[in-house]
Amino acid sequence: MLSFIFKRIGLAAVITILAVSSLFLIVHMIPGDPVSTMLGPRATPEMRAALEARMGLDKPLIAQIGLFFANMLRGDLGMDVFSNRPVSEIVLGQVPYTLVLILVSITWSAVLGIALGSYSAIHRNSLGDRLTGILSVSVIAVPAFVVSLYSLLIFAVKLQWFPAIGAGDAGNWGDQLHHLVLPSLAIGLSWVGYIARLVRASMLEVMGEGHIRTARAFGLPERQIVFGYALRLAILPTVTVIGVGMGFLLSAAVFTEIVFSRPGLGKLVIDSITTRNYPVVMGSVLFSTLIFVASTTLADIVNAILDPRIRAGK
Amino acid sequence: MAVLDIRGLSVGYSTPRGELRALRDVSMMVPEGKIVGIVGESGCGKSTLISAIIRLMAPNARVGAGEVRFQGRDLLAETEAQMRALRGTQISMVFQDPMQTHNPVLTVGRQMMDIQYRERLSRAEKRQRAERMLALVGIPDPEARLNQYPFEFSGGMRQRIAIAMALMAKPALLIADEPTTALDATLEVQIIKRLRELQDEIGCGVLFISHHLGVIAELCDEVVVMYAGEVVETGSVRDVFHAPAHPYTRALLECDPGHIKVKTRALPTIPGNIPDLVNLPGGCIFADRCERRHAACAARPTMALAGDGHRAACHLITERETA
Repeated sequence: MLSFIFKRIGLAAVITILAVSSLFLIVHMIPGDPVSTMLGPRATPEMRAALEARMGLDKPLIAQIGLFFANMLRGDLGMDVFSNRPVSEIVLGQVPYTLVLILVSITWSAVLGIALGSYSAIHRNSLGDRLTGILSVSVIAVPAFVVSLYSLLIFAVKLQWFPAIGAGDAGNWGDQLHHLVLPSLAIGLSWVGYIARLVRASMLEVMGEGHIRTARAFGLPERQIVFGYALRLAILPTVTVIGVGMGFLLSAAVFTEIVFSRPGLGKLVIDSITTRNYPVVMGSVLFSTLIFVASTTLADIVNAILDPRIRAGK
Repeated sequence: MAVLDIRGLSVGYSTPRGELRALRDVSMMVPEGKIVGIVGESGCGKSTLISAIIRLMAPNARVGAGEVRFQGRDLLAETEAQMRALRGTQISMVFQDPMQTHNPVLTVGRQMMDIQYRERLSRAEKRQRAERMLALVGIPDPEARLNQYPFEFSGGMRQRIAIAMALMAKPALLIADEPTTALDATLEVQIIKRLRELQDEIGCGVLFISHHLGVIAELCDEVVVMYAGEVVETGSVRDVFHAPAHPYTRALLECDPGHIKVKTRALPTIPGNIPDLVNLPGGCIFADRCERRHAACAARPTMALAGDGHRAACHLITERETA
């Protein structure tokens, strides 16, 4: 198990290096440059050259990438073009908001989705199954920002149950949780439907396998068969999908953070892209990448814990 | 007294084409402590029969008529809870494909302990019992192997584990559904030997399903020959295999590679196909493919006595007597 985890983490490191390098190149291919943004149109060529030299923009691209990695390992992601604060400080200030939002969203939707999917599979073709099926497909089809807008209108403006904007007072857990409800509803809702469909399909497949018939032939209680024997196998694909789905979660978080004016990585990326704030763009995209790589790695490790065959590499 | 006594059992499956009559008026029994083999080609209703006995039938299956008496109780009249109490304690099963029999993500030990959930034993005692059973079926180093997962065992080992699990509760009836079909020939012999020894020790009745005539001859006391959902011949292995009374049994024996003495390039087959079980032909079910078909075959034959305890559903038997 330990060697599996080490191997998987090594792979994650390689993926991160490749992903960050290509991100670096992509960001540099965006038209517009930070120097003219900072200095304005009336800057003299000497002033521009001086700033380019200070930011390392005059060096060849490959050297810039090397420098970026070297600095990254020291925890130095450069300085914000406008405020001159360290980028790492700015990004790290925003990461927790996004991370909490994503984790809360995926957790509640996974729990509900797995429950609904299992129910549908066990009561196949019942009224409940059909209803769950229709609802699932409907919520899958609705994008997160639409849910954001309507939940804002209904629950925040009309009913006034939940606050409309912000992330709540720092340090006040209850208030922060209260602010989290609508955004996490917006992000998680389509996942409930998605996971429910996925779990239903894999549950039906597992329940038709020979070992389930064996368990029944030994008179094991149906509850133990479903939850002890079948579910563990049926959620394997779901774990993988959630791990990979972190990318979609992050992009859903971007919309949601903007609609609800929540601080977070998504809002930071949008703001810094529109102002060509390269170091901040790189810093926040870097953290998104890290979250994505970490989540796929974690999904693989969870699967290996659930399924001994993966651990053994079979 | 018979452990299992099936009388006039009919089972059908509802299909889009209409009812598929998989079993029709099947009667057979397993006497206490005896091994009874069921033989027949694919689609003859062997699997439907066993799933009807333990009442784990496909959702579209329906019992039309008949009784499945187990130690005198009609299983078809039991409640689901009563059935569940019997499964794994009084009636055990060994399935065909050992690679699919066990849960792939739980250790063998855990699965063997789980099926003892009714016993009032400590975890350690349950584990010990599991260990003893594994040793009994010939798995070396059982204590360590209890911690392993099914994929760490070979097919033959997994089938031994399945047998160990089935016999752990010392059932009155063991149903083995082609337990050696997925294994190679040498393993087959080993498993059969082990099964025979264990059966001797426990004294349970065994219903052994196979399409391998050699295995049936080796292992069983009595044999039931099924064709297209009907029992066509029953009797002791000796009688049925040495003096088959039904043309189907005869044809089956002639097709068995083990019986062929002359060198040949093409193995013999029975010409024709199994009749359509949705639109059943009238009369004898085997008539279409039978070498000895004659006028009487337009009527459905009943089981006639061909010898002491030897019965077959063929008009030829009664005709021979009256002639």
